[in-house]
Amino acid sequence: MSALLWAIIVILVIVVLYVILAYNSLVRIRNRTENAWAQIDVQLKRRYDLIPNLVETVKGYMKHERGTLESLTRARTSLMNPSLAKKAQASNQISEALKTIFAVAENYPKLKASKNFLQLQEELSGTESKIAYSRQFYNDSVLTLNQKVQTFPSKIIASIFGFNGKEYFEIEEEAKKPVKVQF
Amino acid sequence: MDIYNEISTNKRNSVLLVSLFFVAIILLGFVFGYIFFDPYLGLFFAFFISLIFTLISYYSGDKMILAMTGAKEARKPEHTYLINTVEGLSIAAGIPTPKIYVINDSAINAFASGRSPEHSIVAVTSGAVGRLNREELEGVLAHEISHIKNYDVRFMMLVATLVGITVLISDMLLRSFFWSSGNRENRANTFIIVIGLVLAILTPIIVQLIKFAVSRKREFLADASGALLTRYPPGLANALKKIRDDKEPVVEVANRATAHLFIENPLRHFKKHTSNIFSTHPDINERILRLEAM
Repeated sequence: MSALLWAIIVILVIVVLYVILAYNSLVRIRNRTENAWAQIDVQLKRRYDLIPNLVETVKGYMKHERGTLESLTRARTSLMNPSLAKKAQASNQISEALKTIFAVAENYPKLKASKNFLQLQEELSGTESKIAYSRQFYNDSVLTLNQKVQTFPSKIIASIFGFNGKEYFEIEEEAKKPVKVQF
Repeated sequence: MDIYNEISTNKRNSVLLVSLFFVAIILLGFVFGYIFFDPYLGLFFAFFISLIFTLISYYSGDKMILAMTGAKEARKPEHTYLINTVEGLSIAAGIPTPKIYVINDSAINAFASGRSPEHSIVAVTSGAVGRLNREELEGVLAHEISHIKNYDVRFMMLVATLVGITVLISDMLLRSFFWSSGNRENRANTFIIVIGLVLAILTPIIVQLIKFAVSRKREFLADASGALLTRYPPGLANALKKIRDDKEPVVEVANRATAHLFIENPLRHFKKHTSNIFSTHPDINERILRLEAM
């Protein structure tokens, strides 16, 4: 057989191997992003379940903070919106409201002394940081996926097999500013 | 830095290093057998001993360490923050939450162990829980979670076991030379005896050096990837400063066999300013400097 034929065969084998490896790595990264997204959802759900308890506990003490509690409850309801952007927005609103409540709670010594409140506060701040961590993991995974989908040569494989980049779970600009607490 | 490449490199190195150790052990066994009874018997003897020891440590190394250090599982509500932080960091690292233990010791320290992220543990001393602030504890835990995520725990466990076996067999070989000098000369020629002696003396030293070098490299990497998890390098840096300035840094339950597992060398007073080549951990000031430069 001619050398040319061999060369073609070798090149073909290399190409096929590359396609298989690139495809598998795309699948792996996409699964990782989906798993990361599921993690965010688990934590959001956890916080969703904790909020009514907090509102119940705090209601009796905080007479002047009706507005904050109501906005918390409202944001909680919009958390169930399936759109990613809406979800991120609602999540940020809840984080803000929680921060306000915990800051204001400093002015209510009786509330601060309540064991129930302290436990809820610890659980909620734990959940808050888990949301932040899962968002970080999700965004990191999306970054890797988007890089693969957008850069050559994995871009070709991605477009043949229909892999798309994903949206980041963003923090609003407002959330990065320090919290304003009104009394 | 792509951490997933680091992980596959680490897995590949594990296989490579473990094979290297097996070759060394089998060679030792072969020479041992050649000199004293039968080379192939020696070979099989060495092979099976190391296989059994490695399997035991692979499947129950973490439990043995826990038993040795007397660690107790962390529970809510007294360790809520600890548990929440480990859970959060595991989410950030994309691994299942490891089991969390607390060692009753006033020194500040922590370690991780296990054969894979699915079967892993994190243990911290009660001193670390009580004396570090939240950011510092988070930094320490992120370092340990990184060890699990990067497969350092499996790697270091296998290395420690194989170093142990190599030292054991070399020791047996050396002792046998002393016992039976004179009556075996007809079976073994001088050349093999010299090789055996050299092997018996050099192998333990070489494998220890490999262990220390590898361990130090993994520590720096875990510092870096831990900082990547918390996005806050000063947390771990401040924790390390607290450990450095601690008057009683010795973890009572640690011994030489478990020293490499901890975040900072628990036996520090043994070798305060000895050279870098014989320590499982890099210089603490160097680690702090690198973290502060991130």
